[in-house]
Amino acid sequence: MFRLPADKLNEFFAAIASAQSLYIPVDGDDGRASYKKWTEGTALSKALNTVRSAKDFFFPQTTDICDFNMNGKNIEIIDNRTESEDFVIFGVRACDARSFTILDKVFLAEPIDTYYATRREHGTVITMACTEPEENCFCGVFGIDAAAPEGDAACWMTEDSLYIKANTEKGEKFIESIKSMLEECDSSAVDAQKAKTKEILEKLPFANVSTDYFRKNTLLDIFGSEHWKKLSESCLGCGTCTFVCPTCQCYDIKDYDTGHGIKRYRTWDSCMYSDFTRMAHGNSRNSQVERFRQRFMHKLVYFPDNNNGEFGCVGCGRCLSRCPISMNIIKVIKTFGEE
Amino acid sequence: MMLNETLIPKIGVVTDIRQDTPDVKTFRVVGTDGNKLFEHIPGQCAMLSVPGVGEGMFSITSSPTNREYMEFSIKKCGCLTTWLHMMDVGQQITVRGPYGNGFPVESTFKGKDLLFVAGGIGLAPLRSVINYVRDNRANYGKVQIVYGSRSMDDLVDYKEIIDEWMKDDGIEVNLTIDREQEGWDGHVGFVPNYVKELNPDLSKTVVMCGPPIMIKFTLAGLKELGFNETQVFTTMELRMKCAVGKCGRCNIGNKYVCKDGPVFRFDQLDELPNEY
Repeated sequence: MFRLPADKLNEFFAAIASAQSLYIPVDGDDGRASYKKWTEGTALSKALNTVRSAKDFFFPQTTDICDFNMNGKNIEIIDNRTESEDFVIFGVRACDARSFTILDKVFLAEPIDTYYATRREHGTVITMACTEPEENCFCGVFGIDAAAPEGDAACWMTEDSLYIKANTEKGEKFIESIKSMLEECDSSAVDAQKAKTKEILEKLPFANVSTDYFRKNTLLDIFGSEHWKKLSESCLGCGTCTFVCPTCQCYDIKDYDTGHGIKRYRTWDSCMYSDFTRMAHGNSRNSQVERFRQRFMHKLVYFPDNNNGEFGCVGCGRCLSRCPISMNIIKVIKTFGEE
Repeated sequence: MMLNETLIPKIGVVTDIRQDTPDVKTFRVVGTDGNKLFEHIPGQCAMLSVPGVGEGMFSITSSPTNREYMEFSIKKCGCLTTWLHMMDVGQQITVRGPYGNGFPVESTFKGKDLLFVAGGIGLAPLRSVINYVRDNRANYGKVQIVYGSRSMDDLVDYKEIIDEWMKDDGIEVNLTIDREQEGWDGHVGFVPNYVKELNPDLSKTVVMCGPPIMIKFTLAGLKELGFNETQVFTTMELRMKCAVGKCGRCNIGNKYVCKDGPVFRFDQLDELPNEY
């Protein structure tokens, strides 16, 4: 483990940013945090988390796929892909860090999604342990430790110091590159912080929510449950939950006529939308009950079934704060769990 | 050098267009070098697109034993398919694939007597298997084809059926149309009833594709006759964008039609939600 005096944080950021792009959570004028590229004078946000998840770094809202030049009956395909530049995301919370390994299972499965893979390869994820998790947090339900986050290297901030420890080879390389600023230390200060955070985590309202129901019951029984109708009744189908979700990965592929050719791009999509599955001859998920059920079945049943039991949720709580009708995955898990 | 990206298509040239029915055309496609774009297994699909219009998944209706080109039989029913129907020979489109699992022609089907049941455009994916079996005749047993359509004008590939399939030894073709029609002296009636009337041997492996209502009643009829769901295969379609199990829309339960399908056995579908 290494230590950096807290008053050297700015120099630390400057050193990283001199070698590659550095992104950190920054408070906006509206008081909400978002990731911004660090430049001299950019201050690290103290917010619990960013409004949008960190998935944008690897799976941006839109990605160019390729261009087409149309000339009479002929088509020319232009592959504009470039290698991603090296970059560092600093201050990622434990929940968002886990979301990357979940997205990896989708995008790095054969055939590898090269747009995602190049960003993943060139991005270094530096996480920041939580010290003040709030009532909407429930990462612990999915076995995530907010006090000891994953990522290439993890950080802990105390009043006078930043502590950093590598989790991966990439993290070790990163620490090596800025080692001259760091001093080696023991983990006593970090251990003390972890113990304090653990006490808060244990008292959070959703700390003891159990997902057992989804492991003990069959796909068809859960799918056929009466609960879905009631749970989805007030869903507006706005898709907000899917856009703030760090693990939602559904996308659409669209073409745009630029006037000098066609740009094909992919863009985030939402299973909550009525045209998501609509075909010329009909729609396999015709009503909001079916679309709502799809979203939660995917996270709680289908994804785990295909990925050694790992749930497709990281408990970041964004959908809890953002849903306009206050429906969310916790209510779904609890409704089934209380059966 | 970056890896190949499956979402970036290849260029295909349309070298022949055949009007099969009032709303179905069959398109012959090769690469810009005049050769076949890629190899496939019967039942696999490809994403075809017209840049600026859209991209969609279509079954490859030609057999892999055809070394020269691929064919796609496409019904005009939406935006992209309407555009494809307006094309002239020589038009370039984009193609990527092959996608999906295909039919088990080299395992389960080998040595078996096969019963093909198709309705309307549902013959398109089965034609690939039928011609593959015809070209590897020694590997398979008897072949029976039950094919029905609304009218005789709606029977896709009708000429190939009459001129080739019906003349083959060991292939029995049973055609039917929904209603009486002048000039038609064949069977009249719906496919599910016709299959029951024909009372096929219970040892046959069944390959079925057609409108959902036909599939539902044919399956029920086959079960009444004593067929087991493990003997009956079908091929599904749902909306797709990526074709590789990532864009998230063509799933039935935890299976993606694009990569885990489109070919399923009915006992496999029984384990999945009825959401298709």
